[in-house]
Amino acid sequence: MIVIKTNNLSKLFRVYEKPAGLIGSLKSLFNNKFKDIHAVENINLEVHEGEIVGFLGPNGAGKTTTLKMLSGLLFPTNGSATVLGYVPWERPIEFRKAFSLVMGQKSQLWWDLPASDSFELHKEIYAIEPSRFKKNVGELTEIFQVANLLNKPVRELSLGERMKLELIASLLHDPKLLLLDEPTIGLDVVAQSAMHRCLYEFNKTRKITILLTSHYMRDVETLCSRILVISGGSMVYDGQLQGLKDEFGKEKLIKVQFNNLVPDQVFDKFQPLEITGNIVRLRVAKNDVPNVLAVVSQCEDVLDISIEDPPVEEVIEKLFVSHRLKKM
Amino acid sequence: MKKYFNIARLSLKERLTYRGDFLLSSFLRFLPMITSILLWKSVYGSSEQESLSGFSFKQVIAYLLLVNISRMFSSMPGLATNLARDVREGSIKKYLLQPIDLIGYLMSYRVAHKAAYISTSLVPYMILFGSCASFFDTFPTPVGCVYFFMSLILAFVIGFYFEVCLGMLSFWILEVTSLLYVVTTLSFFLSGHLIPLDLLDTTGWLDVLKNLPFAYLAYFPAAIFLQKVSDEELLLRFFIGALWAFFFFLLSRVILYFGLRKYSAYGA
Repeated sequence: MIVIKTNNLSKLFRVYEKPAGLIGSLKSLFNNKFKDIHAVENINLEVHEGEIVGFLGPNGAGKTTTLKMLSGLLFPTNGSATVLGYVPWERPIEFRKAFSLVMGQKSQLWWDLPASDSFELHKEIYAIEPSRFKKNVGELTEIFQVANLLNKPVRELSLGERMKLELIASLLHDPKLLLLDEPTIGLDVVAQSAMHRCLYEFNKTRKITILLTSHYMRDVETLCSRILVISGGSMVYDGQLQGLKDEFGKEKLIKVQFNNLVPDQVFDKFQPLEITGNIVRLRVAKNDVPNVLAVVSQCEDVLDISIEDPPVEEVIEKLFVSHRLKKM
Repeated sequence: MKKYFNIARLSLKERLTYRGDFLLSSFLRFLPMITSILLWKSVYGSSEQESLSGFSFKQVIAYLLLVNISRMFSSMPGLATNLARDVREGSIKKYLLQPIDLIGYLMSYRVAHKAAYISTSLVPYMILFGSCASFFDTFPTPVGCVYFFMSLILAFVIGFYFEVCLGMLSFWILEVTSLLYVVTTLSFFLSGHLIPLDLLDTTGWLDVLKNLPFAYLAYFPAAIFLQKVSDEELLLRFFIGALWAFFFFLLSRVILYFGLRKYSAYGA
């Protein structure tokens, strides 16, 4: 089943341009200048039920604008979209009951009250059956280990604690679709892992479809089976993360550890990235890997060897750069 | 309906979080009243007349006391400014994403705040009215009390939808502080908060002023209590007031409909 489908979805913002300085401000009183910004241009995408899709792109690429259109907060300038079978910006009540949007920087919890009060309100707003509500609160507070925070006013919580409770609030009504905009922002590694576990489990057990934007590649690598990459408002990649690595990661990172110091000159022809003590790190073209292994096999003192893909961030950066160059 | 009741319940709880500030503001609200009484004493003292436009000194003071009751229902502190801030900063998104009606939510929230304010002000108001009983020559009949109460509800409804309309203008003009300042100042005068509207009869604008929505925010309930509205006029006044309430209700819906199309969701 297709959960999200867009057809040439576009959003153009008309932005007021104000010159710097006092004189500029005075001039702008009489001569307003506007600039058209194509935040999203002809985005076509399909997301199927049960998928966890990473939505990546540099700052200002159009990720959040797309999420806002898919959640019905924004009307598009052009194009169409259906989400869970509804046109999102018509905002029918049934649609709003079926999804959640969580933004890392914005709170849906009542600031001066404990989260348990906000949860109770969610129960009424989303018409959640009492037994289901109790079960979900119990399960989710257990996963995130936040039972002791439920009765504390939200304003007294740390960012990480608040984010966990935000996510719980967004899952209470068993949404079919979860739109997450940088959900792990500000979270420590332990909390990030808890969030990954929770999202993974909910996706598997309840078939929740998840579309998430994040600048933390760990979120993407841990959770996403598929990624969409957007740059300058346009879609530049739609596929498996491995596919992207294969396409843009033409190199491998090799780390060789010796019992004693790295032997002199052995790796010189591969131009090592770094030699520190008994460890040498190399970046070589994929087809050069057998040559490195052949050299390593002739060394007697090898303790360990590892071959890895370059970091995803690097691969994606290459994709952005190549897209930018194509546009120029 | 239950969800809006719960919003009201939670708003009440939230309001009581800062109960110190809340109680203090409820009590301090009476202080300007003392300056008003002194001002009018001086006005009537320097005038040779017993009454001005049909209002004796005692009636003016009774009117000003009653206007406080009207404003207790019709004033909406923070409604328009908070709504404008929510639009500007993007926090409005939580109401737009959830299966609730934004205006219904604001209404529940406001009803709860009013309930908290009115209930905590009840005792101080009773003391104030008890100590100022000598300013009241007559009291309305039981039917008059019902009309008075109806006019207070009307004041609340007009005040609420009027402020909602103002706040939602921020979909177009992000910063509405100056506009709100001008409108609040105008409303303060045109609603009869400062002086009974009848004292403006020499301007020739009295009939117009009485038909404006502002008159329903302060003047109309006080005038009913003081029996300054004849039985024949009463029905017409209620009818015009109900029309204004309906007009602002419709206008708020229209503004929300078009505002959401204009909304840029910055900061959300």
